[in-house]
Amino acid sequence: MNWFWYASPQTFYPLAGRVAPWFGGAALLLALAGLYTGFFVAPTDAQQGEVYRIIYIHVPAAWMSMFIYLVMAVWAALGLAFNTRLSGMMATALAPTGALFTFIALWTGSLWGRPTWGTYWVWDARLTSELVLLFLYFGFIALQAAIDDPRRADRAGALLAIVGAVNIPIIHYSVVWWNTLHQGASVSVTKGASMQSQMLAAMLLMALAFWMYSIAVTLVRVRCIIREREG
Amino acid sequence: MLDAALCVVRRDLLLAWRRRGDVATALLFFLIVASLFPLGIGFEPNLLRAIAPGVIWVAALLSSMLSLSRLFAADHADGTLEQLLLGASPLGVIAAAKAAAHWIVSGLPLALIAPFIALQYDMPGELTPVLALSLLLGTPVLSLIGAIGAALTLGVRGGGILLSLLVLPLYVPVLILGAGSVDMAAAGMGGEGQLLLLAALLVASCVFAPWAIATALRISME
Repeated sequence: MNWFWYASPQTFYPLAGRVAPWFGGAALLLALAGLYTGFFVAPTDAQQGEVYRIIYIHVPAAWMSMFIYLVMAVWAALGLAFNTRLSGMMATALAPTGALFTFIALWTGSLWGRPTWGTYWVWDARLTSELVLLFLYFGFIALQAAIDDPRRADRAGALLAIVGAVNIPIIHYSVVWWNTLHQGASVSVTKGASMQSQMLAAMLLMALAFWMYSIAVTLVRVRCIIREREG
Repeated sequence: MLDAALCVVRRDLLLAWRRRGDVATALLFFLIVASLFPLGIGFEPNLLRAIAPGVIWVAALLSSMLSLSRLFAADHADGTLEQLLLGASPLGVIAAAKAAAHWIVSGLPLALIAPFIALQYDMPGELTPVLALSLLLGTPVLSLIGAIGAALTLGVRGGGILLSLLVLPLYVPVLILGAGSVDMAAAGMGGEGQLLLLAALLVASCVFAPWAIATALRISME
């Protein structure tokens, strides 16, 4: 099997056009199922009440925000190694979705934090690393936007994404140490009791929906980029 | 190979010496930023003592970042960089030498003046060596990571402000460990842990950053 067959924008463009609607449809169905399970089937949390239900958006968004950066870095590395045009385009197409999920994770997190912790923002280790992740996404997008030559923009962005991916664990652990050394975790995000199966099902459905949505949106976006660049 | 590196360091230092004003500006910036905080926050001694390590470190971060855009710009403008890329010596070594020269000009002086700023903030005397040592270990990391950003934004529209967006998030661990070491020492727990981690960061960035800087330069000069 020739792995590089679809590495050419010309062959990838029709494929992306064919499969994107399917991913989009799957995202819609999964999101409906997930939201229904989350809001109507899953029981109310004993300690937090109804407010906990925001985790069905929050947790999958946080997962996606980190996972998409990783995928972006892998595409970037592929692009630098094999010098394929499509890899850079995929990385470019993924970045806005990743930034969006990072923002959603922060936003929903602060909405959840207000009634439960009594504040919109704490300098918790996870929040802080998520914020830095958002800055990394913005840096990537801004760098690519500032360079006019698309090939150079791809390669420069690729290097930045790899440097960022190497740094993410270092940033995360330094923030964890900083936080725990300063005050001892005042707020723990991890819940004591294990999750109920309906809650877990709703969360996994939403996570799958976000996956499908990311794939669909990225494919549509990459088609726009191919159109723009290859004419 | 080492000759080429030494040659680059000597040349950059000579150039910096000939344009002493530029170097002094970055240092003055450091002094001014550090002096602005008490004006904004108030002069309550306990408060100042508490924020001193963080303020000094943030000022050092910004001052080191401001001089980054000069790192490759002049060489890029007059074609020297192109010759360095074409030359026989490995680009990674030259990149490391450029970062080293940047550190000697912009990082080392910060570590030397920081103790005087610490006096302004009424920091206890026994913390000053920790602060200076943390800056000595941390600022080379800033130069190395910053050089990647400087190489990537070479000749790019709005380079300076973009550079800060790229580089500052990557500076977070250095800031946390650097300011943290002084905080820990102040709390009487000794800052050795953070200093060792800073040293580890320095070693890791010495190994990986030159390669990344060289790749970034090649991308920018294509």
